Amino acid sequence: MINNEKFVYAEKGGYLVQLTQLLLFLILFPLIAAFFLLVAKTDLVRDWIVKLSALAIGIVSVVLLISTYDKGAMLVSIVPAEQIGLLMFVLEMLIAVFILYLGVKYRKWHVVLLILVQSAMMLYFELVHAHGIHVESNLFVDEFSNIMAMIIGIIGSLICVYSLGYMKFFHEHHTEMPDKRPWFFFVLFLFLSAMFGLVFSNNLIWVYFFWEITTLCSFLLIGYTKTGEATNNAFNALWMNLLGGIAFAGALIWLAMDGGTAMALSDLLATGKVIALVPAALIGFAGLTKAAQLPFSSWLVGAMVAPTPVSALLHSSTMVKAGVYIIVRFAPVYQATATGYLLAFVGAFTFLIASGIAVSQSNAKRVLAYSTIANLGLIVACAGIGTYEAIWAAILLIVFHAISKSLLFLATGTVEHRIKSREIDDMNGLIVRMPKIAAMMVIGIAGMFLLPFGMLISKWAAIQAFIDAPFGFLFIPILAFGSALTVFFWAKWMGKLLAVTSDGRDIEEEVDKSEWAALLTLAGLSFITTLVFPLLSTKLLEPFLLANYGQAAFLTQDNILIMILMLFMIVLLPLSILLPHRKHRHLAPYMCGRPTTQDLRFAGSLGIQKKAVFSSYYLQPYFGEAKLKPAGIWLCSTLIVVMLLAAALKGVIL
Amino acid sequence: MINIVWAIVFVLVAPLIGGLIAGIDRKITAHMQGRVGPSILQPFWDVGKLFEKENAVVNETQHFYAVCYVVFMAFTGALFFAGGNILLVIFALTLAAIFLVLGAYAANSPYSYVGAERELLQIMAYEPMVILAAVGLYVATGSFNVSDIAATTEPVILLIPGIFLGLLYILTIKLRKSPFDISTSHHAHQEIVKGVTTEFSGPSLGWIEITHWYETVFLLGFVYLFFAFNPLLGIAAVIVVYLLEIFIDNTNARVKWQLALKSSWLIAAVAGVVNLAALYLFYGGAA
Repeated sequence: MINNEKFVYAEKGGYLVQLTQLLLFLILFPLIAAFFLLVAKTDLVRDWIVKLSALAIGIVSVVLLISTYDKGAMLVSIVPAEQIGLLMFVLEMLIAVFILYLGVKYRKWHVVLLILVQSAMMLYFELVHAHGIHVESNLFVDEFSNIMAMIIGIIGSLICVYSLGYMKFFHEHHTEMPDKRPWFFFVLFLFLSAMFGLVFSNNLIWVYFFWEITTLCSFLLIGYTKTGEATNNAFNALWMNLLGGIAFAGALIWLAMDGGTAMALSDLLATGKVIALVPAALIGFAGLTKAAQLPFSSWLVGAMVAPTPVSALLHSSTMVKAGVYIIVRFAPVYQATATGYLLAFVGAFTFLIASGIAVSQSNAKRVLAYSTIANLGLIVACAGIGTYEAIWAAILLIVFHAISKSLLFLATGTVEHRIKSREIDDMNGLIVRMPKIAAMMVIGIAGMFLLPFGMLISKWAAIQAFIDAPFGFLFIPILAFGSALTVFFWAKWMGKLLAVTSDGRDIEEEVDKSEWAALLTLAGLSFITTLVFPLLSTKLLEPFLLANYGQAAFLTQDNILIMILMLFMIVLLPLSILLPHRKHRHLAPYMCGRPTTQDLRFAGSLGIQKKAVFSSYYLQPYFGEAKLKPAGIWLCSTLIVVMLLAAALKGVIL
Repeated sequence: MINIVWAIVFVLVAPLIGGLIAGIDRKITAHMQGRVGPSILQPFWDVGKLFEKENAVVNETQHFYAVCYVVFMAFTGALFFAGGNILLVIFALTLAAIFLVLGAYAANSPYSYVGAERELLQIMAYEPMVILAAVGLYVATGSFNVSDIAATTEPVILLIPGIFLGLLYILTIKLRKSPFDISTSHHAHQEIVKGVTTEFSGPSLGWIEITHWYETVFLLGFVYLFFAFNPLLGIAAVIVVYLLEIFIDNTNARVKWQLALKSSWLIAAVAGVVNLAALYLFYGGAA
């Protein structure tokens, strides 16, 4: 079903040049901006560079979408490949030396060992095999790359804009830390550049290069504050991702030993499963590390020590999305193989276990982290099954998760700076203290688990996909139990935010303008994407699925209409509060007949006034991290080992 | 596929049927307890009286959530009786249920807070089984549309008895019957006062009562689907199931939430999953 014909070679001349320029712009422009930011020393200059670059990147990613509209997948070959390949290799080695230096300096011997192994593999690859490999088209673009580019270009840029206000506040209030904002924004934009490179690269060696850059960027960002905890967690992220990098390098060597004829993504997917399965399994493993699936979940949770925009970026538009991007790319190879099902089980169990752990977390950022891990698990489960319906669900999950999660992280960051806490229990009555921010958080949370918002549509699609796939019914109970856990932890957070306390003071006007801009845009996007989702599906997803799978999934007209109706109800019902109505009589809450004031102060024994304080259920004995995580690590590690064995067995026998 | 007429009929008629069921329920319960009990129209008088009362609130937002609760519950049932997609119906049901929980949280009062958290625990307890039931109906009939499932000639109950059993178990939670009336109860024996509804009064509480009537009719409709191949049998089954629920309500003491959650999940995991697996293996799965 997969064949090379789906790739329309853009004809020489006008259009091809334009397309190449657009792709190169998106890869190189953030890089140029990054260097400018490195030398920009004043806030004013930095503000303008970031805002204008973000605007440019956002606009160009939309222009790219429009210009490639209805053109299918296109390969681009007019880039000087040889020189760039050499440059990439040199950069990789420089990065390796840098990591080696840091590893020795901080005495992280496992990192040293991993980077040595990886460099040795790449050195061997470059010296023995590289000259024999010729890839016709190094860049490409199709509907999926376009969707990813929109996520990186719009959401990623918004996070950069938000960082302006956040980091200013951060350094004003953390004077003990050196203000290295030029460096921070340099890495941020470098990250965007690498992500664009990753989703536009057709040559797997190029994909690998950008893959390693994202590993490096996340390492640098997590360790930004240079505290002991930050450094440790940064190295934790590094060694896990280096392990993935080694698997990726292994895939490259495997392909090179196979003759090196299928080093392009388009060629590899066209060759069918026989050659592709082993490299697909290895790259799938690399994807699991990057997407923080169990047993590698701890690096993403540990990444919470970084400033909040970093978490937002890692969780929504970069890093973990790179992991699931590559797994979804290889989905046609996984389809209906033992390797694919085992990969899907790793994802499905990660979804279940991470959702369970999220129930037990009281720290907002940790809840978000575990929810990200869980949702990525669902994406991996869909990709491992690899049917057209599953891929439809997977891509929808990627899109909607990026929007809701970035909104939630940024809102949490803003709240954290004002109330000086990340604890969900401390957010009680936020709707009174920070009404607009709380409303946006509620939109973000609703987007994660309620109809008619995107994530629920995607989960629905996932259920449908599981049912229709052979052996898919095994995944239904996992999804059903996992979803129930999701409802629990999101709803209790939402309830906390919406509790109306009478002693709150509005502290919202202190929030920076750049933070408002990013938050409002993302909140707007949550609604707009839900509204235009049928368009997204018919114009981008269906052509992509048709080209790759020969079939396309869609929702029926009726169901779309019902959901649009619900969306309008959700939007209009809150407005009903504005209608003139009788004022109700206000009474103090019931406190067992004790004399109680409106703000929950009651007369305790001995005549002392006490204040009632609430705390949520966290169900530690059932869903605690200490209980579930070890089980998840063992289960998923075993599955991964069996998955790699299954791939090796098939790859060697056939 | 969507039948608007049925949706409108549901929105208009369901409260009447639901109210009557509540009245009959109270009568039978009274007889079981050796009392005469009120007239079967009593629930209507009760709710009518609530609407005449003053709407005293802790804060203004509560009433809004109560209204959203009834609107989305009516929407859920309407979608179901109009023959819509059953997964969509289930997700709409969750949305409606969340509005009640939010209303309880919004009051920021200790009893309603505990009620809200327990209500969420109950949602978590029943949610997996409801999804498994929808999937079971799909595998047995080949469609997610209630209109198709209701029109099937397959003896659905014989294909998914395990799933039906699981659904019966969580139906007790959904109908707020003992032993699972953990977050709020119709009886006056709650240790958390009235749980989720503690801070609701007057018209707001009236709306919540009406919502419960809508929900009861919708849930009994769900039960009917398992017997839809024979409408008479279906109606008989619905009656038997409801009588059984009344019986269970009157013969069981309320349990702790831990037991409610564990047992619901265990039954979903055993009866539901085994039934689903058997169906796939022997029945070939969805056509």
